[in-house]
Amino acid sequence: MTTATTHGARDHARAQDGTEVEAMPRVPAPDGAVWAETVAGGNYTHKVLARGTELRFTDVAGDACAHVLLYVADRPFERLNVADTVKVLWNAYPGAGHLLLSDQGRVLASVLAADAAVETVCGTSTSARNAARYGDGSPHGASPAGRELFTLAAAKNGLTPRDLPPSVSFFKGVRVDPDDGRLTFEGSSRPGASVTLRAEMPLIVLVANTAHPVDPRPDYTCTPLEVLARPGTPTRPDDPLWNSSPEARRAFLNTADHLTARGVA
Amino acid sequence: MLSDVVVPARAPWSAVIPAGRSLTITDLGGNQAVDCLVYDAHDTAVRYSAPDTIQAQGGIYLSTGSVLMSNEHTPLMTVVADDCGRHDTLGGACSKESNTLRYGHHTWSQHACVDNFLAEGARHGLGKRDLVSNINWFMNVPVEADGTLGIVDGRSAPGLSVTLRAETDVLVLVSNCPQINNPCNGFDPTPVRMTVR
Repeated sequence: MTTATTHGARDHARAQDGTEVEAMPRVPAPDGAVWAETVAGGNYTHKVLARGTELRFTDVAGDACAHVLLYVADRPFERLNVADTVKVLWNAYPGAGHLLLSDQGRVLASVLAADAAVETVCGTSTSARNAARYGDGSPHGASPAGRELFTLAAAKNGLTPRDLPPSVSFFKGVRVDPDDGRLTFEGSSRPGASVTLRAEMPLIVLVANTAHPVDPRPDYTCTPLEVLARPGTPTRPDDPLWNSSPEARRAFLNTADHLTARGVA
Repeated sequence: MLSDVVVPARAPWSAVIPAGRSLTITDLGGNQAVDCLVYDAHDTAVRYSAPDTIQAQGGIYLSTGSVLMSNEHTPLMTVVADDCGRHDTLGGACSKESNTLRYGHHTWSQHACVDNFLAEGARHGLGKRDLVSNINWFMNVPVEADGTLGIVDGRSAPGLSVTLRAETDVLVLVSNCPQINNPCNGFDPTPVRMTVR
């Protein structure tokens, strides 16, 4: 097929329609989903989700690492606060039932299910660190850094590097020694492991699928990440999670108070 | 000596510290949490990163030899002397909002570190987006084997200090924590001394 003419180039481009590869978004998302995508290792994605949406991340082959940032969709200066997320709920190793809190004392998302690590301590990687460890940290190189990928995802939502606080990550465990605070990397859970969040506010979700920053392996290792979101219902007062702790109850109450005042819930 | 001031209990403080100079924070009354953020003085988008600091040293506690790393994984300051032995990287700052979750809505009218950061940061063109997980000097936040984490009784005492050397020109933003609901200040905020040499 010639591409020497506009007609030929057009035909060549159009002939790519319908090509399927492993890492790509499915548009439209099948079976009533609102987001269905496989994110390549070393790549990123982002989406704006309605309140109540159930968002599942799956480690397809056992070496994905989903670095995640959350913002309130229409006022992104309210965003994930990792310190409050661990401090308010008294636990550095969140699992099912934990809440991801904003800096305004509200619930951005609840963890519906998790058979994999939710890591809160180490954040993501930087260009400088990946360059030192793997020889490159640029977003289009062989070992992209999480912060570089977040910068791109953020920009596409009108946000800048000043809007990138510490992130959480899924699928790679890190433990803190109770005596001296030193870190131990625990690696992946297993292929097929998943973490499911429920959006308790309308959210901007930024995702970078990139090697965990303290993964000790000398080679940059990151395999595809599956993202699947379905419409759902936000946590209500009759859900056991609402009253699972005094802190959780007040966080849900603050969220409801805010949304009620705005006339949106 | 460039400056030497006593920061009252509950008050904020800030200074630009040139590369090579040092800041000594002295816990005058003992057991006083000092919430601290550090920015590249010439580009405040480059700022202290708790995760990068933890990555770089392979542990969560700060003491002598710890390098405070930026979000671009560059060194901002180094702990060159420390009488206390352990400082917190995980707990972040108290806020009016988080206080409602941690203790109840009756705390809403109390002072909080985030307000200090916002008020003092505004003098340098910084706003809410510029606040990230901060250091808590002298605050004790252990993580137990099952992940249970919390602020417990401090390990500091009157007169203990920590000294930081600036590795580049930095803006240091401090809230001398007003918290009265947990042990971080022994339930009684006290003054601290900031000495820049």
